[in-house]
Amino acid sequence: MPEIILEVKNLEFSFRTYGGVVKAVRDISFDVRKGELLGIVGESGCGKSVSVQCILRLNPEPPGFFEGGEILYKGKDIVKMSNRELRKIRGVEIGFIFQDPMTSLNPTMRVGKQIEEIFVGRKEVSRAEAKQKALEILELVGINEPERRYRQYPHELSGGMKQRVMIAIALVGQPGIIIADEPTTSLDVTIEAQILDILKELQEKFMTSIILITHDLGVVAKMCDRVLVMYGGKIVEEGPVNAIFYETAHPYTSGLIQSIATLDTSRDEELVPIEGTPPDLFSPPVGCPFAARCEYAMEICGMMMPDRTQVTPEHYSACWLLHEYAPDVELPAVVRTTEAEEITPSPEQVETEERV
Amino acid sequence: MNNQTSREVLLEVKDLSQYFRISRDKVLKAVDHVNFKIHRGETVGLVGESGCGKSTTGRTILKLYTPNTGNVYYRGKDVFTFTADEDMQYRKQAQMIFQNPHSSLNPRMTVKDIVGAGMKIHNLAKSKELDGRIEALLRKVGLNKDHMSRFPQEFSGGQKQRIGIARALSVVPEFIVCDEPISALDVSIQAQVLNMLKKSQQDLGLTYLFIAHDLSVVKYISDRVIVMYLGTIVEEAVSEDLYRNPLHPYTQVLLSSIPIADPEQVRRKKRRIVSGEVASPITPPAICRFVSRCPLADQVCREQMPPLREVEPGHNVACFKV
Ligand SMILES: Nc1ncnc2c1ncn2[C@@H]1O[C@H](COP(=O)(O)OP(=O)(O)OP(=O)(O)O)[C@@H](O)[C@H]1O
Ligand SMILES: Nc1ncnc2c1ncn2[C@@H]1O[C@H](COP(=O)(O)OP(=O)(O)O)[C@@H](O)[C@H]1O
Ligand code: SF4
Ligand code: SF4
Ligand SMILES: [Mg+2]
Ligand SMILES: [Mg+2]
Repeated sequence: MPEIILEVKNLEFSFRTYGGVVKAVRDISFDVRKGELLGIVGESGCGKSVSVQCILRLNPEPPGFFEGGEILYKGKDIVKMSNRELRKIRGVEIGFIFQDPMTSLNPTMRVGKQIEEIFVGRKEVSRAEAKQKALEILELVGINEPERRYRQYPHELSGGMKQRVMIAIALVGQPGIIIADEPTTSLDVTIEAQILDILKELQEKFMTSIILITHDLGVVAKMCDRVLVMYGGKIVEEGPVNAIFYETAHPYTSGLIQSIATLDTSRDEELVPIEGTPPDLFSPPVGCPFAARCEYAMEICGMMMPDRTQVTPEHYSACWLLHEYAPDVELPAVVRTTEAEEITPSPEQVETEERV
Repeated sequence: MNNQTSREVLLEVKDLSQYFRISRDKVLKAVDHVNFKIHRGETVGLVGESGCGKSTTGRTILKLYTPNTGNVYYRGKDVFTFTADEDMQYRKQAQMIFQNPHSSLNPRMTVKDIVGAGMKIHNLAKSKELDGRIEALLRKVGLNKDHMSRFPQEFSGGQKQRIGIARALSVVPEFIVCDEPISALDVSIQAQVLNMLKKSQQDLGLTYLFIAHDLSVVKYISDRVIVMYLGTIVEEAVSEDLYRNPLHPYTQVLLSSIPIADPEQVRRKKRRIVSGEVASPITPPAICRFVSRCPLADQVCREQMPPLREVEPGHNVACFKV
């Protein structure tokens, strides 16, 4: 098994607000392996961003605070690190790409300077070297005329370019881990495809580990090696990408897969939504967070949180259906396209790849 | 094709342009000489890159802007020369559902007031019938009368969008511009809203202009699809034709970029890759707008603008190389 470079153990993170304590992340554990692309999916507000922001301590503290758990990185617990120690990691060893480039780029600073900022105060990198690195990275993320862009301000760039600058900032220090929080949500499909290509290339070229948050199952299918599915502040399913799509073992994941309209959905078919709304994290349910919306819910589900249960060696699900006394249920999953179809691919599939 | 679709043209857009002056010498051509028709009972999908003019087209049709060139005909009459009476009628018959349910509902109005306002303005219900009518509408979109006295902030995104749909339906419209009605919603609740829109269409014989960037959703809901690029229409066809046989280079790139939620299939699929930036809509030259990113571009594309022409029955493309 590949080397584990980051380990999150029983992490609990909450926010004190006027309305009470929001339990945003409720006892989650996972690890990040070298060179893997780990996806995190889930409904908005389920705790995806807060979880990964914990890794770099980017949540505001206060009002946020750790209720428990540890995040082990190179033998040290990030939860206990001082600001000085954190600064050495942020952007240098672990990079972060935010969802909204507009609010995270500094509007008053030229693009080039923002990329080089990470080298400021580091004696081993001269100014000329820093500039050289910035230009190289701009080129790498597919920005034409890097010299010109280097001197421009963020508002002079299009949305797609700004997002690429964000990626350049995250990459320039060649971090071993990159956390990308919905990096393409605000972009068009063609630009999204370009950005995803860049991330994939990095992962393959430099063995960078990437944590990719998205709510788009298509992006997960295309990009990820492993997937965490979150719901109501918890990880409900975890496994290799194929297992998640073809051998789905949690009703929420199954519901998500079924609810989307795909290119194969017939016009006459009715879509199958997940009815109801996600749980209130001010007073999260004691049992399974999905119980109120789950069509398979049993009495026990509302009373006790199900254990994380192994389905196959790498595949886990937290659902009472996996208990030995539970009824046998076949959860709908994505149906694998058959061999026959592989032999005679449709015209779109044989489309020649062209780089222009 | 939808069995309720007739060949009666409900709406026709002719040579429509909408420009925004952004400085003394700069004009942004958001919509530039666009032509299309929508038949009664039909759903026409409108897709394209962000900023290509989809919303502007929808808003101009609904008279939220005055166009710089061209006309919009509703049942054969130019909407910009309507009499006051006709205008009142049009404002009832043609409605809009907005992209962001969180900002398109007035936070100080109750659900009852939001849904009832249009009926009052258009005198569609006597005051003692009003509550009953509102209740029936809410039921139709999957809400109930307990929700009437609540405020929008108390609802989830999917529920807010249903309130928006109830508001649009309240005045018994014929035609609705749905401007990215599900983009701001979670995947798990998008299906609720799509089902709702489909059902309302069947029950009430509605006609939709459906603006979206999710191409799978557009395929699912539309009879015909129009693809825009930087203010112009580049391709237009019956939905199945467009997805099976995209002809414009941009449409091909667009369709091949869709991430499919099936790991083995999406990794097998070869994609057309474009680099290059989207050209600027500000004072664009009269050449092909896709030229900066097009793999097939040559001299003629840099000198002239390709006209939209019919290359197969019902399939229109604006490209010199098709
Ligand atoms: N009131 C306005 N003043 C100036 N420019 C405008 C105005 N409204 C729209 N635009 C510009 O017109 C172009 C088309 O905008 P429009 O909102 O129609 O795009 P769209 O296709 O709906 O994009 P999206 O997918 O992002 O919603 C854009 O470049 C936009 O910035
Ligand atoms: N700064 C904050 N103060 C209070 N609550 C917060 C804060 N940031 C996030 N939360 C809450 O934590 C929960 C998880 O949020 P988040 O991780 O951003 O969700 P998502 O899965 O959409 O990324 C939500 O209920 C959110 O409202
Ligand atoms: S534990 Fe129960 S409620 Fe939760 S997902 Fe499984 S069956 Fe459904
Ligand atoms: S007209 Fe020329 S540049 Fe435009 S899409 Fe066709 S081939 Fe490409
Ligand atoms: Mg988030
Ligand atoms: Mg728009």
